[in-house]
Amino acid sequence: MAMEAADIEQLIKDSIPDAVVTIEDLRGDGDHYAAYVVSSSFTGKSRVQQHQMVYQALQGRMGGELHALALQTSTPD
Amino acid sequence: MSDNSATSRIQSEINDNDVVLFMKGSPMFPQCGFSAAVAHALTTIQVKFKGVDVLEDQEIRDGIKEFSNWPTIPQLYVKGEFIGGCDIVREMFESGELQQTLTEKGVEHAA
Repeated sequence: MAMEAADIEQLIKDSIPDAVVTIEDLRGDGDHYAAYVVSSSFTGKSRVQQHQMVYQALQGRMGGELHALALQTSTPD
Repeated sequence: MSDNSATSRIQSEINDNDVVLFMKGSPMFPQCGFSAAVAHALTTIQVKFKGVDVLEDQEIRDGIKEFSNWPTIPQLYVKGEFIGGCDIVREMFESGELQQTLTEKGVEHAA
């Protein structure tokens, strides 16, 4: 079951309101995405913690219906 | 309880081996592109690591996700610390941070 890029973005923003989210559909198949998430709430957190925040926002879909979401997180500077 | 036994088996893999990669397939024959990418990075910098094939053990496969609060496999541990999954390890490998982390933790590897 694939997900729409807009749904992924919405879930992330619901949980991390100031997030700037860029999503690329890597193969144009609605199944392999790359997401770049920038948020000030990542400040002072390790990369593992930043990714955990995004996975938390996706509410268990990661590793399930979202098999392939390459993730990069950073803080605004 | 099966949950506890999975957790304690995961813990002992991590305690007994400096570098552990929970992956799909084996380091020689990865069964997933993400696992292959991390195994390849570790092989490239010649770090000795233990590969744990989660496809052979459903308890570990489920247990490792809870253990680290991380939803996907592969997962890399160095000296007991969860380093990250495929994206983080790849980023660290490309920037040289992975090699630096191994050095800091006293794990032998090539440059």
